[in-house]
Amino acid sequence: MSAAPVLERPAVEPHEDPALAGCEDVRPTGRRLGPGRRRRLAWLLGPSALLALWTISSATGLLDPRILSEPWTVLATAGELIADGRLQENLAISAQRAGLGLFFGIVVGALLALLSGLSRVGEALIDGPVQIKRAIPGLALIPLLILWFGIDETMKVLTITLGVFVPIYLQTHAGLRGIDLRYVELAQTVGLSRAAFIRKVVLPGALPGFFLGLRFAVTGAWVSLVVVEQINATSGIGYMMELARTYGQTNIIVLGLAVYGILGLVSDGAVRFFERKALSWQRTLAG
Amino acid sequence: MAAHPGGLTATAPSGTAAPDVVNPAVVNPAGKPSSGVGGAVSVRELIRSFGPKGVLNGVDLDIAPGEFVALLGPSGCGKSTLLRALAGLDHDVHGSGIINVPERVSVVFQDSRLLPWDTVLGNVTLGLREHDAETRARKALTEVGLAGREKSWPHELSGGEQQRVALARSLVREPQLLLADEPFGALDALTRIKMHGLLRELVAAHRPAVLLVTHDVDEAIALADRIVVLDSGRVAAIRTVSPQIRSSANAAGHEALRRDLLTALGVEPGVSPGG
Repeated sequence: MSAAPVLERPAVEPHEDPALAGCEDVRPTGRRLGPGRRRRLAWLLGPSALLALWTISSATGLLDPRILSEPWTVLATAGELIADGRLQENLAISAQRAGLGLFFGIVVGALLALLSGLSRVGEALIDGPVQIKRAIPGLALIPLLILWFGIDETMKVLTITLGVFVPIYLQTHAGLRGIDLRYVELAQTVGLSRAAFIRKVVLPGALPGFFLGLRFAVTGAWVSLVVVEQINATSGIGYMMELARTYGQTNIIVLGLAVYGILGLVSDGAVRFFERKALSWQRTLAG
Repeated sequence: MAAHPGGLTATAPSGTAAPDVVNPAVVNPAGKPSSGVGGAVSVRELIRSFGPKGVLNGVDLDIAPGEFVALLGPSGCGKSTLLRALAGLDHDVHGSGIINVPERVSVVFQDSRLLPWDTVLGNVTLGLREHDAETRARKALTEVGLAGREKSWPHELSGGEQQRVALARSLVREPQLLLADEPFGALDALTRIKMHGLLRELVAAHRPAVLLVTHDVDEAIALADRIVVLDSGRVAAIRTVSPQIRSSANAAGHEALRRDLLTALGVEPGVSPGG
């Protein structure tokens, strides 16, 4: 691994001034306690190492294909499934479920957090029930949801929504309540209206919390998706894997896992990208 | 003249005003615009208390339009409480009294209090509704020597620069009264001297009445037309600072006023105040 050394500093250009030409760079290097500069694509390192480990153990015969298919078999399977259209079809359905659930969850979670964070009445009405919901594992609600909504799309999207809105609510609410009272005073002295106060102070101030919640929510959406698709679906990536289990097709199961993994990684990366753009005013250890 | 900004209810300032009525913080009687031109401040019989302890025990204060008053006092004497009362920021505080302040009041706090998620320009225009807000904000930033920094984030500025932005933010509103609560207290000595010069220029240009809260005798003498010493929630002394005293030629007069103020503050004048 060619990771950069922990202690580093930029090289110094030779002095232009001839009087200083012979001077050596003798700056003492203090130990930097932060993690150092951000490197592009550095996040790919860990996943690549895992992939390499998998490939090597399969190639050397260390890993029995009946336990875990070889990477190239999975790739070939992916090729076949794409060729006959099954992968795209199932992926589209899964993505639609996760996307809808995420969308509704974000809207509901953020709205409830605003209502609860900005008014005492709202807090008294909303916060308790959400904490109760939080204590109930989302998947424990599935039997009830099936009885109420059947096993079609509504139930699936609703299950995901219920899993998503809780972290959005919790983190946004915490972010909102964490806004410094000094800014509230400032808003009063410059005569902000209530609407302007929400737009200029509350929403930007709660944004870091919202993004933290969003990262939990995105991961949670995929988790809920797996469950609803493996319990009672007739389409989607989870259904495809469940079907493969009955025929003992390890390669398809592993492909499904890989697809879930890639989706999770890509969506988390997307959230972090938007987070960095939206919170560029922050100066943190993350850099 | 205007009633207090923000949530304070008017009560008739009759003799019945009990000291422990929540938030009676009194306003301009009957809300009548007074005949005098806007800009004057008058405070009568102001009482404020936190719990059983009285913080302001009947303070009277007048500030003429365009006058620069320094409110001097040791920590805990109630000077910030008085400023917050004038700014209308003392919600949920027990008290009574009459406060008249002009319509346009700006506040500068000890911390610059810039919104970290907004640019310098966004911070200066905060709350401005006029269509030319941005032009005026740029002009104000030029006045405080920060032209070209409009797009910066607050954390990219030094402490002194952040406080300049705060000054620009308060002056862009063309206040009739500028309330400053130890605005330079967190700055280093050199920056503070520069900021004194800047504040003097800005006040000369915009002519607001100023109430500067400070515990620094030299700062008060350097900036104010009149110095009000507050002690234990009462006005303990009032001194007028003539322009001659401020001039460097009159070192003796300057020193005499300084000793006088220190005595009023209960500090042994022989002892040099450490910064």
